[in-house]
Amino acid sequence: MSFLPVFLWTDILIYLLLAVVMLAVFYIRGQTHLVTPWRAVLKRKRGVISITILLCYVAIGLLDSIHFRQALDVNKEGDQQHYATEVLSLLDLAVMPLKQQSEKTYSEPFATRLFVREMQQSDDAVGVNFDYPKLVYGGRHLVDESDKWADIKSSLSESSLVSLKVWLLLTVIMVLYGAYRQKQDVSNTFKAITLGKTAYPIRTFLFMLALILWSFFALSTLSADYHVLGTDKVGQDVLYQSLKSVRTGLVIGTLTTIVMLPLALSMGIAAGYFRGWIDDVIQYIYTTLNSIPGVLLIAAAVLMLQVYMNNHPENFSTIAERADLRLLFLCIILGMTSWTGLCRILRAETLKLREAEYVLAARSLGASKLSILHRHILPNLMHIVMISIVLDFSGLVLAEAVLSYVGVGVDPSMISWGNMINSARLEMARDPIVWWSLAAAFFSMFVLVLAANLFADVVRDAFDPRVQNN
Amino acid sequence: MTTNSLLNIKNLSTWIGNNEAPIRAVDGVDFSIQQGETFALLGESGCGKSMTALSLLRLNPQPASDIVSGQVELDGQDLFTLSEEDMQHIRGRRIAMIFQEPQSSLNPVLTVGQQIAECLDWHFDLSEEQIETRAIELLDSVGIPDPVKRIKDYPHQLSGGMKQRVMIAIALAGEPELLIADEPTTALDVTIQAQILDLLKQVQRDTGMAILLISHDLAVVAQMADHVAVMYAGQIVEIANREQFFSAHQHPYSAKLFDALPTEQKREQRLTVIKGNVPELNKVFTGCRFADRCDLAWQHCHDAIPKWYQVDDQGVRCHLYDPELADKQENIRQTKAGSPLSEITSTDKNILSVSNLKVHFPIKKGILQRVTGHVRAVDGVTLSLKQAETIALVGESGCGKTTVGKAILGLVSTTDGQVHFGKQVLNELSERKLKTYRNSLQIIFQDPYSSMNPRMTISQVIEEAMISQSSGIKSKEERAKRIDSLLERVGLRPENKYRYPHEFSGGQRQRICIARALAAEPEVIICDEPTSALDVSVQAQILNLLREIQHEFGLSYLFITHNISVVEYLAQRIAVMYLGRIVEQGNRNEVLKTPKHPYTQALLAAVPKLEDDKNREVIRLEGELPSPAAPPKGCHFHQRCPHVMAKCLESYPEATIMSTQHEVRCFLY
Repeated sequence: MSFLPVFLWTDILIYLLLAVVMLAVFYIRGQTHLVTPWRAVLKRKRGVISITILLCYVAIGLLDSIHFRQALDVNKEGDQQHYATEVLSLLDLAVMPLKQQSEKTYSEPFATRLFVREMQQSDDAVGVNFDYPKLVYGGRHLVDESDKWADIKSSLSESSLVSLKVWLLLTVIMVLYGAYRQKQDVSNTFKAITLGKTAYPIRTFLFMLALILWSFFALSTLSADYHVLGTDKVGQDVLYQSLKSVRTGLVIGTLTTIVMLPLALSMGIAAGYFRGWIDDVIQYIYTTLNSIPGVLLIAAAVLMLQVYMNNHPENFSTIAERADLRLLFLCIILGMTSWTGLCRILRAETLKLREAEYVLAARSLGASKLSILHRHILPNLMHIVMISIVLDFSGLVLAEAVLSYVGVGVDPSMISWGNMINSARLEMARDPIVWWSLAAAFFSMFVLVLAANLFADVVRDAFDPRVQNN
Repeated sequence: MTTNSLLNIKNLSTWIGNNEAPIRAVDGVDFSIQQGETFALLGESGCGKSMTALSLLRLNPQPASDIVSGQVELDGQDLFTLSEEDMQHIRGRRIAMIFQEPQSSLNPVLTVGQQIAECLDWHFDLSEEQIETRAIELLDSVGIPDPVKRIKDYPHQLSGGMKQRVMIAIALAGEPELLIADEPTTALDVTIQAQILDLLKQVQRDTGMAILLISHDLAVVAQMADHVAVMYAGQIVEIANREQFFSAHQHPYSAKLFDALPTEQKREQRLTVIKGNVPELNKVFTGCRFADRCDLAWQHCHDAIPKWYQVDDQGVRCHLYDPELADKQENIRQTKAGSPLSEITSTDKNILSVSNLKVHFPIKKGILQRVTGHVRAVDGVTLSLKQAETIALVGESGCGKTTVGKAILGLVSTTDGQVHFGKQVLNELSERKLKTYRNSLQIIFQDPYSSMNPRMTISQVIEEAMISQSSGIKSKEERAKRIDSLLERVGLRPENKYRYPHEFSGGQRQRICIARALAAEPEVIICDEPTSALDVSVQAQILNLLREIQHEFGLSYLFITHNISVVEYLAQRIAVMYLGRIVEQGNRNEVLKTPKHPYTQALLAAVPKLEDDKNREVIRLEGELPSPAAPPKGCHFHQRCPHVMAKCLESYPEATIMSTQHEVRCFLY
């Protein structure tokens, strides 16, 4: 089957970011003073746990960032090739059943019947009864509905067994590789890992690996037969929505930083190093910007974009492109409003650094301003930048949820945690309560933000010069 | 032990970290302090002096460190068996402590009176009026003028010396039997140091309390102590009373400390240095801790741990004093003469001259940042430096000596005056033209920890000096070669050049800074207190190096310092600065032997001396340096001058020429 690759704006930026991260990793490998703190991050259990979780999210996000349009079947020879209007991603392809197996409306997790009663024809086709209708997809393979829990149990144990096998295989490979690298006995390496005596917390990593493999296999087996997290108002699988939301959250968290960073860095350093009127102007700008309510700016900007998009529908060939532009715009406007904090910190630090004796020494050697900024000031600011990027990330993911809830966030057609919460909030009053949409959004966001916060903690400990000295 | 000992410490050990290799910061320390005496704990940084003091109050940082063994008896009462609550009645009440930094030991948001009252309130049952009267009494007793008014002042309204006085007042509030003074004058200027030391002596006379003085300064110890204990690597290596210690010290380490001190008599030789570094304290020692650095060590010193040998009042931990090894000692004990280093003779060519240099920093106030006044940091300095000459610029902190250095280099902009270098007037050149002369003038800073970019390797640090110049070496290989030769020249191994600054010790970093300055091929190096952050033994290494490279490259030094003994050793001419102006300058001998200006006289008198010279004239300066934002009318020194005349209040004195070199600005002449 042929396809047409689609490059959304955010996709391109994500690839760019990925390339920058790769380059940075490559560069850091050659610099001892940068490698050491990162090693310290990896040597802590908390660091390993948070990185593994974050990597899972990033993997989902990246899979969801490769977009294409599938080719439609050509009826006659010589016809022009047409493509579907729907933009799909690799993730969609991988979880196609989840995407397509829609029910009519709400259904509870692992349910076999719908959440609402309907008039339907009775089995003997004589009368009608008012009852919970059977789901189209959820538990359709069951002969008797009462076998449900036994069935879940058996597929759980089956998937557990599979994940255990895969885990053992990976563990053996790791132990062998470790023994080969350290030129040690296999038994010694194994002992070191099980006793937790290795330099890096491999035991913790293996534990996380087991957990992730298990949830992967369990979810993939179960979700083939059931709606593991239930379905929403229009019958869409909530697990699918949670997976799709990951990309939105990550994009907001990372792309905003790309917008914010150049502004904060250039303005902060310029204000701190050059002082005088440049300092005055930059301080004036960020104090002014800081005193305008951010939500107001965001709402205004998003509405303006909405008007533009409505007036120029010809610029957007698919819905996905429209939604994507709005997402990008949201990132930009969030970035424009959030650079001031970092800028302030960088200005203060630069003020301190410009009086440092090594900067004076460089000046007395006749070094140019540019080379002082680049060789002496910038590298000594990077730990602050690093720490604040990681700290800001979780804040931005949460901000997306709040903004989408208020209605000035991402496009309503785009699946995001904020939109999930927004659509679920009306059902909170229902009795019995429809809790699963909200819980799913809450849980998947919670795990990401918690992991990011833990990661930020570890990064701060590793990069903080005060802690380093001890 | 004698019966009237106040504090007995037996086998005290405090270890830092409880992993497999804890750092044995204090490792089996025994000593005792008698009632009313001053006991000095002497040693270089990192030898465990402060940790000993903190441990005996059980104030050692927790949970980072742990007192693993020992017994501390205060008047027969074991402090380590007391509960934390009982301990609080000991701290401040029976044992009080003052610290090095008066700035950080006072709470900036409480008034002086409140902080003294707090201490009184804890330990005594007094009414509010009684507390206030007592606080005023205390401030008065530590020599703070106008205590009734001062009691409502906040710490930032007081000067450094005043703050230290307040700290002493707080310590005295509990009427302690023992005062622990942890480097009480290290952060202060010489004249203030003399005031504080006098105060401590006077307080001791009045109250009869004992003082445990912690210091690295031999001269301060010589002035204050009754008993001296020398600490090295967590252990006490020698205890003696003052007379014995300063006339017949026994341990090789003590001897080295004395030899490393720069003095005038040693001008014709290199200073003695202690080779190597203090050993890592996280291992178990099998021999003498000093063996690796000791010139007198033989195999036995590496194999056996020396025992404590007590002779009368004097004790020492060294195999040389082992009676069983008496025959060995004779072979080894021989006096070693210092290696000679002839004094350099300067040429007559003026290489750098500064005329009427002024640096004023504007004080801005209000929203519109209007200039409301000026801090006259440097206010008309005239100075000339000959080729291959060393001029020492001496003065207290805040007198503007560092600013002179920075102004010469063009690191701060000058308000008036000229800096002549060769035929050029440096401070009138444009930034671009100045760049071609940048390499000729270099600077070495005080703090070797902050004067190198922590994110650059040593090789990059030195290379920068070559890249930045237009005439610098272009090819990369040649630069690498030159870096290697420079590192070798300053006594570092070239294979270490890819390391980062934090991997080096303070002395090594200062060497790297010297290498960086040399890389620019300078003619003049401005040394801004290059040794004041270093220990005595390391200071000796750096001073030796500076003299050697002066010989080799014919460098001229402008040596900015407050340390008179370094001046005696190094300088040919001396300029004394007071409040932005040079009050006296001349040849070393003229200025040091026959000081004319009352300020110079007082400054030299305040310097603590090793020899206990009873006939020395005591000139104690009252008060402190006035603010350079509002210098007093007339002669700047008139408020503190013992010879003040009516004329001094009206105009600033002109220079009086005493001899061809020696000139002084004072109406007395």
